[in-house]
Amino acid sequence: MRGIVKSFGPVEVLKSVDMDIVAGEVHALAGENGAGKSTLMKVLQGVHPITSGTIEVAGQPVAIRTTADAERAGIGMVFQEFSLIPSMTVAQNIFLNRELRGKSGLVDDRAAEKAAREIFDGLGVTIDPKARVETLGTAYWQLVEIAKALAKNASVLVMDEPTASLAKHEVENLFELIDKLKSRGIAIVYISHRMDEIRRVADRITVLRDGRVVLAAEVAQLTAAEIIEAIIGRRLASDLVYRDRQLLADAPILLEATNIGSGRVLKSVSLTIRAGEIVGLAGLMGSGRTEFARVVAGMDRPTRGTLSIDGKLVRFSTPLAAQQAGIALIPEDRRDQGLVLDHSVSDNLTLPVLDRVKSGAFLSMTKLRELTNQLVTRFGVKVADPYAPVSRLSGGNQQKVVVAKWINTRPRLLVMDEPTSGVDIGTKTEILDIVREFASEGNAVLFISSELPELLAVADRIIVFREGRSDRALNRDDVASEEQLQLIIQGEAA
Amino acid sequence: MSSPTTATRPSLISRAVTRFDWRSNVIYIAFVVVFILFAIFLSSDGFLSTNNMLNIVRQTATISIMAVAMTFVIATAEIDLSVGSIAGLASVVTAMATTQWGLVPGILAGLLSGAAIGAINGGLVALLKVPSFLVTLGMLGLAAGLAQWITASAPQPIGNTVYVQIFGGGDFGPIPGLLVWTVVAVAIGWIAMNRTSFGRRVLATGGNPTAAAYTGIRTARIKFTVLLLSGIAAAIAGMLYAGRLESGRFQWGQGDELTVIAAVILGGTSLFGGRGAIIGTLVGSLFMGLINNGLILAGLDVAQQSVVRGAIIIAAVALSRKK
Repeated sequence: MRGIVKSFGPVEVLKSVDMDIVAGEVHALAGENGAGKSTLMKVLQGVHPITSGTIEVAGQPVAIRTTADAERAGIGMVFQEFSLIPSMTVAQNIFLNRELRGKSGLVDDRAAEKAAREIFDGLGVTIDPKARVETLGTAYWQLVEIAKALAKNASVLVMDEPTASLAKHEVENLFELIDKLKSRGIAIVYISHRMDEIRRVADRITVLRDGRVVLAAEVAQLTAAEIIEAIIGRRLASDLVYRDRQLLADAPILLEATNIGSGRVLKSVSLTIRAGEIVGLAGLMGSGRTEFARVVAGMDRPTRGTLSIDGKLVRFSTPLAAQQAGIALIPEDRRDQGLVLDHSVSDNLTLPVLDRVKSGAFLSMTKLRELTNQLVTRFGVKVADPYAPVSRLSGGNQQKVVVAKWINTRPRLLVMDEPTSGVDIGTKTEILDIVREFASEGNAVLFISSELPELLAVADRIIVFREGRSDRALNRDDVASEEQLQLIIQGEAA
Repeated sequence: MSSPTTATRPSLISRAVTRFDWRSNVIYIAFVVVFILFAIFLSSDGFLSTNNMLNIVRQTATISIMAVAMTFVIATAEIDLSVGSIAGLASVVTAMATTQWGLVPGILAGLLSGAAIGAINGGLVALLKVPSFLVTLGMLGLAAGLAQWITASAPQPIGNTVYVQIFGGGDFGPIPGLLVWTVVAVAIGWIAMNRTSFGRRVLATGGNPTAAAYTGIRTARIKFTVLLLSGIAAAIAGMLYAGRLESGRFQWGQGDELTVIAAVILGGTSLFGGRGAIIGTLVGSLFMGLINNGLILAGLDVAQQSVVRGAIIIAAVALSRKK
């Protein structure tokens, strides 16, 4: 790929990116959220056509404008959000839209199952091609995706965060599989920000920052520190550091959870949060962090265990009951769960506190305006017009609106689920400052994040979740480095 | 592994019970249970007679045909509320055209009316991304009004005996023509759903539209096609009404959309898309016909039938929700 430029309207997301991928190599692609990784891959895959630049496959220039073009060029994708049809079988998914036909011209599922079985045998994995995808675990979904790409004779396989939802031993299996694919001459573009994985599996690395290539080299010649520096940039690295805050060891316990379980995922979680404390929840996807947050916020009722606030047992039957007890949840998916996107910034900010902006029975426009201005200023929301739809704001500013909206309800415990996903690093540090300030006022924060640097920057204590249980409780001082915490999360460190 | 696995493995029966998929199979149980109940309590009213059985099939043929097409629509997570009105419109169009220009133009005109409305539905949904619920809700009123308008509310008799023979009035030996129509529609539907790439694309579009699009499926085109087909199937149903009752009337098919959708959902097709059970749809349609027939034989008046029918549908759908 040479000089790839991709603009969305006036916004240039990719600014002249060059990248060479050699057959039989694993080429890591790293960069922060928003650096352009996903866009670059969508370009390769034909979802977004490029604005300028050239793509060559095996020396031949190719025009990739549709997903079909990408397929013809031999580029296969293994998606982060899995792209299978849950209600169909494994074999039907693998051959979707390219169904094998029998003599009668009708679709021949048996042939597809046989072909699928051959692919799986070649990979050394056992999956029943007749099983419906929804009945399989996520590790198998990924294998099905890989098989789907291989069935199309892909020579380049793009894997987007392939280990995000895998358990430790599954990751090892994946790496073995990657080695096998390599030996067949298949090139793999490996998108990840886990340093240990990149060093374990990749031959070369390209790092993107702000839509440009900032590093392209052999992995073996680089140290982890050099790669991280390239990813986050020297200046910004210093923003994500832990600041010691004055914590009272005898501050009252605000929330205490004992053996909380709910649904299939959450087995047994026990933890306490004191007033003024920021407690981080770490763990792999599916370890029960979000599920625990939902229980605390009254979305799900626990099937086991007890929850108490200020030492008094509580059982929330609705989110409203939790809110009245002083708990606010900033949900995982801000576009879906956190905001009414088509409504204005002002409407979104004031939605939970409409009772406070009334005069008599009616909403007071004056009070609404005052409150909106006050919140926008206090939380530094960068907005041209607070009465324009919130969907026009950047991800980071949208998230500030969500944070402002909930802090303004004056909760005592703020539960934040991945509050900085898709947020640029500048806004990220601002949000962390808001969180710190909020806690310093004697409130408590439960901070869920998969991004360890920010977790380490903000949390006073870290609880590590594993398989639906609260596995370890760590004081901030006990964690020396991101790598160490990563090892604990993966279950490798004592 | 030295320990015998048979000791810990649950018995075949209990495994069969736990694996049993309520949602997709409840219709078969409901059908059998209701059938047995009617057979016991209504045998003196002639419920089990061959004639009555064939009557059920005759009366359900139109529903079955529309329901087969509706299964594709619902499997893409869309809906078509206009089928009943399209049937009414096609019945008067085919009747008027047959009287005026003869058999073949009459048939073509009927089919064309359904195809035109189906194409408009599909076009609005696929191109303008208007929700199918709204498009077809509007079309429900539009097509019904059109049918009433062009006939000035008058019935349109069909004198053409060949037409009546083909479209539902005739028999093939002992086999009613309407049974043949039903069997053909179900067979085509089943093959298309389960043994063609078109069926796969329909299920993929409903199961995960994003993934389907990434796989290279033109989901808008699929949505257009299923709504077009639904319009054509509804037109055929309307033409069968016209043949069986030897006239076209704007009232034919009125309210059928609800029966058709209920039959499809009862049959195990998911309202959220991604699943389409053609055989289930057939049994669902027959179930609706069975209830109608039994309630009439039991001597319930129209109002009572309506109440009982509604309650049974709610109960069956509620059961099929159970996981």
